[in-house]
Amino acid sequence: MPTVAVDKEDLFERLGQSYTTEEFDHLCFEFGIELDEDTTVEVEEAVKKGLPAERPQLKIEVPANRYDLLCIEGIARALRVFLQKQKAPVYKLVEPASMLTATVSPETAQIRPFFACAILRNVAFTPRSYASFMDLQDKLHQNICRRRQLVAIGTHDLDTLEPPFRYEARPPNNIKFKPLNKSEEYTATELMNIYEGEKHLARYLHIIRDSPVYPIIYDKQDRVLSMPPIINSEHSKITLDTKNIFIDVTATDETKLNIVVNIVATMFSEYCAEPYSIEPVRVVYPDGRTVIQPDISSRRTTARASYINSCTALSLSSEEIASLLERMSLEASVSPSNPDEIQVDVPCTRPDIFHECDIMEDTAIAYGFNNLPRTFPTTSTVAQPLAVSKLSDLVRQEWAMAGWVEVLPLILCSHDENFAWLNRKDDNQTAIKLANPKTAEYQVIRTSLLPGLLKTIRENRKHPLPIRVFETSDIAVKDKSAERQSRNIRHAAAVWCNKTAGFEIVCGLLDRIMAMLEVPRIFTHTENATHGYYLKETEDPTFFPGRAAKIFYRPKGNPPYSESQMSQTPSGSGTAQEAAGSGPIAAVKEAVSAAVSKLKSTDDVEIGLIGILHPTVVEKFEIPYPCSALEFTLEPFMKEVPHIWADDA
Amino acid sequence: MAEQLQQLILDTLDREKEIKDTRTLTIPGDAAPATSQEAQLVVQGALNSLLSKEMVTYSMQEAFAYALTQEGNDIADKGSHEAVVWSVLPLKGQGAPLSIKDLKQKVGDETAKIGQGRAFKNGWIAKEGDGLVKLTESIDDTTRNELAEIRATGTLAAGEKAIAELRKRKLVQQKKLLWFSAQKGSNFSTSLDKLETDLTAEMLQSGAWKTAKFKKYNFDAEGIPPNGGALHPLLKVREEFRNIFMEMGFAEMPTSQFVESGFWCFDTLFVPQQHPARDLQDTFYVSDPPESLPPPTDYYEKVQKVHTVGGYGSIGYRAPWSDADSRKLLLRTHTTASSSNLLWRLANRKGGFKPVKMFSIDRVFRNEATDATHLAEFHQVEGVVADYGISLADLIGFMQTFFKKMGIHNLRFKPAYNPYTEPSLEIFAFHPMLDKWVEIGNSGMFRPEMLAPMGLPDGVQVLGWGLSLERPTMIRYGINNIRTLVGHKVSIDSVEKSAAVRF
Repeated sequence: MPTVAVDKEDLFERLGQSYTTEEFDHLCFEFGIELDEDTTVEVEEAVKKGLPAERPQLKIEVPANRYDLLCIEGIARALRVFLQKQKAPVYKLVEPASMLTATVSPETAQIRPFFACAILRNVAFTPRSYASFMDLQDKLHQNICRRRQLVAIGTHDLDTLEPPFRYEARPPNNIKFKPLNKSEEYTATELMNIYEGEKHLARYLHIIRDSPVYPIIYDKQDRVLSMPPIINSEHSKITLDTKNIFIDVTATDETKLNIVVNIVATMFSEYCAEPYSIEPVRVVYPDGRTVIQPDISSRRTTARASYINSCTALSLSSEEIASLLERMSLEASVSPSNPDEIQVDVPCTRPDIFHECDIMEDTAIAYGFNNLPRTFPTTSTVAQPLAVSKLSDLVRQEWAMAGWVEVLPLILCSHDENFAWLNRKDDNQTAIKLANPKTAEYQVIRTSLLPGLLKTIRENRKHPLPIRVFETSDIAVKDKSAERQSRNIRHAAAVWCNKTAGFEIVCGLLDRIMAMLEVPRIFTHTENATHGYYLKETEDPTFFPGRAAKIFYRPKGNPPYSESQMSQTPSGSGTAQEAAGSGPIAAVKEAVSAAVSKLKSTDDVEIGLIGILHPTVVEKFEIPYPCSALEFTLEPFMKEVPHIWADDA
Repeated sequence: MAEQLQQLILDTLDREKEIKDTRTLTIPGDAAPATSQEAQLVVQGALNSLLSKEMVTYSMQEAFAYALTQEGNDIADKGSHEAVVWSVLPLKGQGAPLSIKDLKQKVGDETAKIGQGRAFKNGWIAKEGDGLVKLTESIDDTTRNELAEIRATGTLAAGEKAIAELRKRKLVQQKKLLWFSAQKGSNFSTSLDKLETDLTAEMLQSGAWKTAKFKKYNFDAEGIPPNGGALHPLLKVREEFRNIFMEMGFAEMPTSQFVESGFWCFDTLFVPQQHPARDLQDTFYVSDPPESLPPPTDYYEKVQKVHTVGGYGSIGYRAPWSDADSRKLLLRTHTTASSSNLLWRLANRKGGFKPVKMFSIDRVFRNEATDATHLAEFHQVEGVVADYGISLADLIGFMQTFFKKMGIHNLRFKPAYNPYTEPSLEIFAFHPMLDKWVEIGNSGMFRPEMLAPMGLPDGVQVLGWGLSLERPTMIRYGINNIRTLVGHKVSIDSVEKSAAVRF
């Protein structure tokens, strides 16, 4: 949300009354802006100490879509209307005898195709209103203009220029002028180098730097007005004494072009000799299209009282709604043909209104959010947890009851933590990588819970041994079949850290949770079991050689390998082996065992790893003690939850 | 010796009914009565043992006594500096005066320096030529005498003023002396029994518990901490929020999707493609995998249309549209991306839309600079109610009930801006400790531009609200730095000690 600093005394003078900080805070709250700070006390203290001090300011946060509230002029106007001290001003175009023109050249289509202008006549600035004018342009540039990328504004002393104006795009070496606050002329190419060293301008250079042509605005005598979105010219710069102001706006889309030129022109038209009057300019596009700028006409739309009442639980008449809308600077009247319909003229200063619902909201704000009835929805529904949450909670509770401590590391980690430090290689098929992290701490989404657990142990080295920590949370991996090319997987992991590694302790933790999930252990002598889990020794660089195992799960309903399967499958491959000329018995044996392990590997699911961590791993994580670790996916253990709706598939 | 002393106390009590002042006792093996502090502490040990058996009771008494400092002791032994100086000088007219240099050599620098001044002041010595002589044949070394008296009696007959003077000179210091008065206890006897500390299986078997005497238990002593595990405090608060939602009939939304596309995270929510929230500054984008698969075509076209040219009664943003921005992969900045996906699925489910109340609590990511209150990851708590004809009044009333369950009773609502809700309401609660209104969450009614393209039936309104899980947790546990709550720097100790959450 943008914050606007306004002169306190000036604002209260415009509002025609003084407020205490508390009263003004309340007014802001009801209207939907926020008083961030009142510098009065600070200023008074500085004055007391004899220090230089500015005038007391109110710092007001305004909603990001209310460009009409980005300056004191707009805030005061909106609040006066809200407080019913005045009607919303009517902005008008005053056409001169002969309208000034500006032409747009076809080359601008390559870089910044849209152009608008407006003229404010006989302006009388004071130092404070002049500063406010500059500040509004800056606020617009930082917000809707997206740091000048989408829209850029230039303002000029019209009396130093001669119309008609030309908006062109030229190769940078063909542009030469004396830019604002410089005493010499430079080509655009030179300027790009000079401004590289000027911080406040350097951040805008990228917008046009690599374009073959740069946007540039000339007057009749080929004098440059500005080179948007970078800099204005010294020649046409405005000062406190400027009487007639020429505003130029360039943009990449016409909607924002119009919003910006309208806001600048309407906000500062109050300083014209004839307040709220704006002189238009004729803009001629390369295709011959002519636009009279700015287009400050209001947009006629309708809102239904019945809709507004149904959304707010009020029973307001159309007339009441119309008068509430007037307080929000929307001109509204009841439709002569339909008493439920309110005709609303949305002024050009309220581009935040898209839909009837925006008018509904303005009605509710004017009525007061805190004056609305407070009811309770009658929606009757049945509560339902997710299967994955229930399972996770079960593991968390059981492990905590078993004496382990739950920790909560971050999901993002560095590439090294996720791979190199675990002695793992990045196959580029698994981990999701970030494009724009601010620090190396956040390079990938973890594919394992181990780095977080190990970092937690590292930071808790002073905790009395043994340290036993666990986490039950998501990791994420690439998945080419998914729309977002990735999916989360719920893992459970635990690390034991003590003076001895204690493989049997993490193994006990695994046995415990499996017992609670009613998954029996499959031992060598029960390998034909129809359901269960077992460990199988493996070599894995994360773990100490000879102290690592894969955890396998045999789901219920998956038939274990049977005698008949065993007798069938090998006979076929045995024949092949014989044909190849190997020793018949050895070949059969080999084939049998290959077939059996193949069968098992298709039926049984590898769910994770368990083992003593490799000494180089604990060293990388700066842990001076041996550790045993356990990590596995919880996905196979999820229990289907009943659907909430009877007719769900 | 300890038992002998205990026996002595018991015998003395038996004989004299009480011991008024334990300083009168003579510890067995000692020559003199136990007047020193050290001796009294030994006596206290014996008294405590007897007290635990309820054989005696005692009260503690305090006395102040004066003792000499190191320097005071030296003076009491050797005389004051001035007396020492006087003693080495020749009497006036009876020998060569002693030079200052020789004096220093004889008595040392410090004594020479301090002693000279005082001896002059007392009129004991005088200068003669370059040296010093003594004026009197005898002196009365008051300082030494007084210190000797204090050393012997612990006090000074001359009175407090003289003591104060010596204390100022750092020769004397005050010492607290504890002593005791003892009486017979309820179990008084002159025979010392051995006391049992705990009831054992052997006692049960042998029946010894019937006759055994047990040592008195110290109920002030802390118990031994149990060897149990602990759940993380933030997730305990999550549990409490889940319970509140469940109590109110909410179903949990699936949110297991850290990676979202620009389409689901922003476009479907009617967040314009040029919105600052989509900046590299604020959002983590994914470099690998490179982009999402195309979203469902029909829905995608409707969303694109409502942004670029409007529809459903809206004028739309009328701004350029980029397919690439829709397909960009990113880390979700809010769980509302998942809510949006679920609402779309609900609108298109078999059997048609049904009213729902749903919630989620899960991790979201912001590419922000981290500080004491911001991390790049936090948990969002989100609630969604979708039904026909529900209103802003329902949202406000609902919020009141929801927060009441967390013990927050005083709410007010501020109009705010959010691209996907209209009206948008910031929820403020009065914080009695801070004595001000603080923002505790955001809420609103989802915009028609978001709901209509999904195909939700006319007249269905969707209320939504969200808050962070970390903020109420930090308030609950009085935590100022978020790094002590989330992440690997959290101390395991603090997890073990964090109290249960009861809003």
